[in-house]
Amino acid sequence: MRLPRAIRQGLTSAALVALAFPFLGGCQTPPESAMALSPDAMKLRQLQTRRVEGIDEKALLAASVGVLQDLGFNIDESETQLGVIVASKKRSAIDTSDIAVSALESLIIGMVAAALSDDHESEGDINFDVTQKIRISIVTRPALDSSGQPRPDAQVIRVTIQRLVWDDEGNLTHAESIEDPKVYQKFFDRLSKSIFLELQAE
Amino acid sequence: MRVRYRVLVLLGAALLGGCVSSLDQVTRTGQSAVQMRSYQERAFDTADKEQTLRSVIATLQDLNFVLDKADLDLGMVTATKLSGYQLRVTVTVRPRGETQMLVRANAGYEEEVVKDPKFYRDFFAALEKAMFLTAHEVD
Repeated sequence: MRLPRAIRQGLTSAALVALAFPFLGGCQTPPESAMALSPDAMKLRQLQTRRVEGIDEKALLAASVGVLQDLGFNIDESETQLGVIVASKKRSAIDTSDIAVSALESLIIGMVAAALSDDHESEGDINFDVTQKIRISIVTRPALDSSGQPRPDAQVIRVTIQRLVWDDEGNLTHAESIEDPKVYQKFFDRLSKSIFLELQAE
Repeated sequence: MRVRYRVLVLLGAALLGGCVSSLDQVTRTGQSAVQMRSYQERAFDTADKEQTLRSVIATLQDLNFVLDKADLDLGMVTATKLSGYQLRVTVTVRPRGETQMLVRANAGYEEEVVKDPKFYRDFFAALEKAMFLTAHEVD
């Protein structure tokens, strides 16, 4: 007693899909290290943190908002009482060096594939990163004096940045935190100018 | 062909998930509330809500999170970590009696609650360092 071919095929496919599900959707645990302090946590903290003298927390937050506006970010969230500002912007992710490398890679892969087989359909399909969403959170806190008391006139500011990148077909290609010291250096350079302007305006 | 594939996917999901209506997800937990709280909650010996929240925020930044939301009155912080994966954490802080703050963390990863107690232990270990206080388990 054999089932009709269409049903048999259907059952086989259903079984395969069912088997694939645990791999796709199941076992939702993040990597072991997700909540553990990484070995470079201290290094990161250093490059993301600055101490600012001669300013109160609110003025520093205002100066930070100024920098974010200069950089074209939109403010998503703020909580002055906790020294928090969150902002984001969506921008092009097209990186010319990235395209050159991908194009060269694809060309080589294409040539090798063509040499190995007559199947020309394997050529093409070059995907580029085209859009990115950059998210930034800025957190301030009063610096402590020698007896551990918060100082009203000196603050510590920490900035963390991350981004999501999509390719030309809308697939998410990167979800990463930005750890490049140059990015933070540039941000803090702009911040010192903004603080100067903020203090002059007062 | 597309329709048949979709039917197969649904069939596969139903076989595996035991025919759960998608609306049930609103109130579904998968674990008892008591069980979840046992690893998601810790008490700290401080009455300072603001300082506790600031320490939570600093800890999340140390762990490479970017904040999404923060609210002192409600005592909550939400943050996202991107590291090849996307991980979202909400931490609440509320008074427990006169002398303690109760900190609760819960995390979502790939559309599921993180249920691994080690994950939360790591978080509270990092928070203890930032607070200079011991995290007490709550009965």
